[in-house]
Amino acid sequence: MSAISFLQVSKTFVTSRGPLQALERVSFDIQEGEFFGLLGPNGAGKTTLISILAGLSRASEGRVTVLGHDVLKDAAHARRLLGVVPQELVFDPFFSVREALQFQSGYFGIQNNHAWIDELLESLGLADKASSNMRQLSGGMKRRVLVAQALVHKPPVIVLDEPTAGVDVELRQTLWHFIAKLNKQGHTVLLTTHYLEEAEALCSRIAMLKAGRVVALDTTSELLKASASNVLRFKLDAELPAALQAKARVTGRIVQLPAHTALEVEAHLAALRLAGLVPEDMEIRKADLEDVFIDVMHQHSQGEAA
Amino acid sequence: MRGWSALFYKEVLRFWKVSFQTVAAPVLTAVLYLVIFGHVLENHVKVYETVGYTSFLLPGLVMMSVLQNAFANSSSSMVQSKIMGNLVFILLTPLGYWSWFFAYVLSAMVRGMAVGLGVLLVTAGFIPLTFYNPLWILAFALLGSAMLGTLGLIAGLWAEKFDQMAAFQNFVIVPMTFLSGVFYSIHSLPPFWQQVSHLNPFFYMIDGFRFGFFGQSDVSPWLSFSLVAMALAAVSTLTLYLLKTGYKIRG
Repeated sequence: MSAISFLQVSKTFVTSRGPLQALERVSFDIQEGEFFGLLGPNGAGKTTLISILAGLSRASEGRVTVLGHDVLKDAAHARRLLGVVPQELVFDPFFSVREALQFQSGYFGIQNNHAWIDELLESLGLADKASSNMRQLSGGMKRRVLVAQALVHKPPVIVLDEPTAGVDVELRQTLWHFIAKLNKQGHTVLLTTHYLEEAEALCSRIAMLKAGRVVALDTTSELLKASASNVLRFKLDAELPAALQAKARVTGRIVQLPAHTALEVEAHLAALRLAGLVPEDMEIRKADLEDVFIDVMHQHSQGEAA
Repeated sequence: MRGWSALFYKEVLRFWKVSFQTVAAPVLTAVLYLVIFGHVLENHVKVYETVGYTSFLLPGLVMMSVLQNAFANSSSSMVQSKIMGNLVFILLTPLGYWSWFFAYVLSAMVRGMAVGLGVLLVTAGFIPLTFYNPLWILAFALLGSAMLGTLGLIAGLWAEKFDQMAAFQNFVIVPMTFLSGVFYSIHSLPPFWQQVSHLNPFFYMIDGFRFGFFGQSDVSPWLSFSLVAMALAAVSTLTLYLLKTGYKIRG
C-alpha cells in the first residue's frame, strides 16, 4: 500500500482577480519507507498540495489517501497517521515547550507521553529548553519544537514543509540526522525544500512541481543521469557572449554551463575565446540536482512559450 | 483523557495563566460600577419594593460580567490562534467538530463563571443579597455563558483581524448587554423601548438570573429559560455547522 497517494488532485482558488489554478491534476504515489522530495520554485503549489494532504485545505478535485485512508472521508484516521511540520514558524505564546508537546499529545488522545516527549526533546537538542516559554526561544529553537510537535503521536508518515528555511548549519545537521534515523526505522518522509543539495543527499525519489503540475518524477539517480552529465564552471568579469547566455546559470561572477560531452566543453570555450574573454578558476564538475532542477524548469517554460 | 479534554484544558490554562487580565480585571471593573452607581443611585431609584438599588444592580452586573467574559474568551482565543497561525496545531489533529465546540464553549463558560463568582465573593461582605432559588441562578449562568461562549466562537471564526473582533464586541455585544436591563428594570422604560428590549435575548438572561436572587422579574423565568435555551440551540447548531465545514479555517 502507498504511504501517500495523490490522485488527479486539482485546486482552484477564488481570488478577486478571478480563479487561480494552484494545482492541476497532480498524481503520484509515495511508497512506505521512502524518503521523498517534493521540489519546485516558490508558488509551484508544494504547500498547497501538503495542505490538502494535511486536511488544512480541500482539493477542488481528486483524491488523497494516507496509508489507504481518505484525507476527507476518513480524516481522523488519516491525521493520526500523519505528522506535519508546517512551513510557517508558528507557536503558542502562552505555553512552555513541554506544555505545548503535552497538549499536542492530548489532542491525539495520548496520555502520559513523557518518555517519548523526553526522547524528542533530547534528540532535537531541546532538553534544556523544556520549561522555557515559547516566546523566549530563537527561531531555530522554535523550528525544532515544530518538528517535535509533529512527532508526538509517532506518525508513520512524516511531512516536512521547508523545515530548514532560515536555519543554521548545526540544526540542519541535527534535524537530518534525526529524520534519517526515523526513516531507517521505517517512517515514510515527504520533504519539500529549496536546498537542493539536501534533497539530493536525502531523497531516494523526487517529484518536481511547476505552476501546479508535476514536471518530473523519478528516482534521484535517474534524474541526475538524464540531465547534462557535466558542468563547466568558471569566473568571468565581463559580460557573457549572447550565444552562451541562454544556457548559462550566472551567480555574480560565477558562470556555469551544462556540457554533455567534451565537444560541448570545447564549443563553450571557443565561444569565449571568440569574444576575447579569459575565464578564471575553470573547472568541470559532475551535474548535481540543482542543475537538473534548473534544466527541468527551463524546459517547461520553453514548452509553455511554444 | 479524550482529545477534547486536552483542548478544553489548554483553553482554560490559556486564560488562567493571565488571570490578572482575564479574571481579576473584569471583577474590579464590575465592582467599580457597583460601588459608583450604587453610591449615586441607592437613594434615588427603587425597582422592587423590598430590594435596594445596589442589591438590585449586583446580579445584573454579575451576569453582565459572566456574559462578556465568556464571549471574550472563545472569541479572543480563536482569533488570536488564527492570526498567530498556531490554530494549525489543532487543525492537524483528529479532533472533530464536536470536540472543538465543547472545548471552546466549556472553557468560555469556566472563565465567565469564574469572573461572576469573583464579583459575588468580593461584594459578599458589603452588599446584602438574597438567594431566592439558587437553581435558577445556576441555570441562567450556565445558559448565558454557553450562549456567549458560542457567539464568541462564531465571532472568532468570522473575524480575520483584531479590529473586526473589536467592532463585534463594541458594537454588538457591549450595547446588547448594557441595554438588557442590567442597570434598570425595563418596566421603567417607555412602552416602545420595552418592546425593543423584549427582542434582546440578553434581557431574558439577566431577568431570569435576577429572578433566582429575588424571586421577582419582569417576565416569567420559565419564558426566559425557554427563549434562551432555544436561542442557544440555534447558535450552537450554526456553530457546529461552521466548524464542520471548516468555515474560514480550512481553505
